[in-house]
Amino acid sequence: MSTAEAKPLSRRNLAATLVTGYVPILLAILVVILPLAYMILSSFKTPADVITRQLVVLPNPWHPQNYADAARVVPLGRLFLNSAIVTVIGAGIKVLLSVLTAYALVFVRFPGKRYVFFAVLATLMVPPQVSVVPNFTFISSLGGQDTYWGIILPGLGSGFGTFLLRQAFLQLPADVLEAAETDGAGHWRRLWHMVVPMAAPSIATVALVNIVFEWNDYLWPLVIVSNPQMMTLPVGLTLLHNSESAAASYGIVMAGTVMVLLPVLVVFAALQRYIVTGLTQGAVKG
Amino acid sequence: MFVALAVPNIALIVWFTYRPLVLNVYYSTLDWTLGSDTARAVGLDNYTQFFQSEEAGQVFLTTAMFTVATVVLSMGLGLLVALGLNRKVRGAGLAQATVFSPYVLSGVGVGLAWQYIFDPTVGALGAIVRGFGGTSPEWFNDETLSLVMVVIVYVWKNLGYAAVIYLAGLQAISSDILEAAAIDGAGPVRKFFSVTFPLLSPTTFFLLVTSILNSLQAFDLIRAMTPLGRGTTTLIYDAYLRAFGGYNQAGYSAMLSTVLFVLLVILTLVQLVVLERRVHYR
Repeated sequence: MSTAEAKPLSRRNLAATLVTGYVPILLAILVVILPLAYMILSSFKTPADVITRQLVVLPNPWHPQNYADAARVVPLGRLFLNSAIVTVIGAGIKVLLSVLTAYALVFVRFPGKRYVFFAVLATLMVPPQVSVVPNFTFISSLGGQDTYWGIILPGLGSGFGTFLLRQAFLQLPADVLEAAETDGAGHWRRLWHMVVPMAAPSIATVALVNIVFEWNDYLWPLVIVSNPQMMTLPVGLTLLHNSESAAASYGIVMAGTVMVLLPVLVVFAALQRYIVTGLTQGAVKG
Repeated sequence: MFVALAVPNIALIVWFTYRPLVLNVYYSTLDWTLGSDTARAVGLDNYTQFFQSEEAGQVFLTTAMFTVATVVLSMGLGLLVALGLNRKVRGAGLAQATVFSPYVLSGVGVGLAWQYIFDPTVGALGAIVRGFGGTSPEWFNDETLSLVMVVIVYVWKNLGYAAVIYLAGLQAISSDILEAAAIDGAGPVRKFFSVTFPLLSPTTFFLLVTSILNSLQAFDLIRAMTPLGRGTTTLIYDAYLRAFGGYNQAGYSAMLSTVLFVLLVILTLVQLVVLERRVHYR
C-alpha cells in the first residue's frame, strides 16, 4: 500500500476514520445482514425452536422438513416455475420493446417525436396501482384471469427501459452510425449490428432491472390470479402465510420467504454493478 | 416506416397506463362492485362521501406520516451511510452492495421476514427486549405501532437507494473546494454544513422527488405485514382494500386512485416549480 492510500489510517486520522467511516458502515452492514441471516436460519427451525419466548438463533436440530411442509401447503415447485415463466417472458418482451422504441426515438425522424417521448417519460410518474381496477376489468373481460398472458400483458409497455435506453443510445458515436447509413446500411441492420452490440451493457442493465421487477411484482398478479396453480411466488407466499398463520408455523413461512428472496440475492451478488447502475441511473446527471 | 416498431410499446403504454387514468375518473362516479355488470351512476357522491367523512382525514394523515417519516429517515440515514462509504475505507464497495441489496428484494418476502422478527410472542425483537427486562410492544394490535413498524421496515429496505445516490453526489464534489474550506479553517462539521450539503442540493432534490413518489406507492410491505390496514391504511392501500378487500366498492376505489393521481401530479408540479428554483446547480 502506498503512503497516499495509507493516509486514512495515519494516527491523526485513525479515530476520525473509525467514527465516520467504519462504524456507520459496519452498523449498516449488520443491520442489513442480520435479519436476512435470521430468516434463512429460521427456515430450518423446528416448531419447538420457533414457538419459544427465548431468542433461538441456530436451529437445533436442523429441520429442512419446513421446505417440504411449505410445498405441501402451496405448490412451491409450480409457483417457482410460474414466476420463472412470467419473469423471462415478461422481461424479455419488455426489453425488446424498449430497444425498438428507444431506437425509433433516437435515430428515426418522425413528426410528434417530442410528444411520444413525453408520453413515455410521464409513465414513470404514474403508479401501476392507480391502473389496477380498469386493467382488472379489461383483462377479466377477455378471460385473462388465472392465465400467464393475463399476468404478463398489462405490464409490457415499458417507460423505464425506453427512457434509460434512449439516454444510452444518445451517447453512441453518431459519426460511426452516419458512416454506416452512407454505406447503405438500413435501420434494421444498423439496429441489430451496431446499436445493440455497442449499447449491450445498457441493455443488460435494463434486462436485469426488469427481471428483478417482474420476479418481485405483487399487486397485479395478486388481483388477477386466484387459482394457486397459477400464482407467482410472492402471491403464493401470502397464501402460504394465510394458511399457516399459527405462530409455530413461522419456520414454514420463512422457508417460503427464502424461496422468494434467495434467487434475487444470488443474482444481485453476481451482477450487482449492473443492477445498481440501472436502478440509480439518471440521478447522477441530476 | 421504421417508426412502426415503436407502435406496440406506445400502444401498450396508452392502453394499460393512460386509458385507466381516464377510466378511473368515469368509474369514480359509479356505485359498483368489481366484476358486476350493473353499476349505478352516483355523480360525485363517492367524492363527497370520502371528503366529508372522518376517514379522509385519517387516510391523509396516515399517508402523510408514512411518507414524511420514510422519506426523511431513508434520506437522512442514507446520507450518513454515504458519508461513511465516501471515506474510501477498505471494503467500501462490498459495503455499498450490501447496503443496497434490500432495495431489490420482494416487498412481500421482506415484510414476512420482519413480521417474524417483530412478533411480540415468538419474535427475536421481543426476546431481546425481554432479555433487558422489558416487554415487547404490541406491534400488530396497536395502530400507531403498526405504522411505526412498517416505516422501520420500509426504511430498512430503501435507505440503500438513497445511500448510493448520495454517494454518487459526494464523489462528484471536487476535493479542491473541500481543501480550500479546510485551509480557511473550517472544521469537519462546518465543512459539511457550509460546503458539502449545499453542493449536494441537486442530489437531495432528486432524491426528495423520487422518494416521495415511491413512498406514496408503497404497497407490498403494507399488505404483507398488516393485511387489514387499520393504522397503515394509506391512500393507495385504501384504494386496494375498497376494490379487492371485501368492501365491494370499486367506484369508491377508483375515486381514491383518482385523488392519489391528482395528488401526484400536484406534488410533481410543485416540486418542479417551487423547489427547483432554490436548488443549487453547478
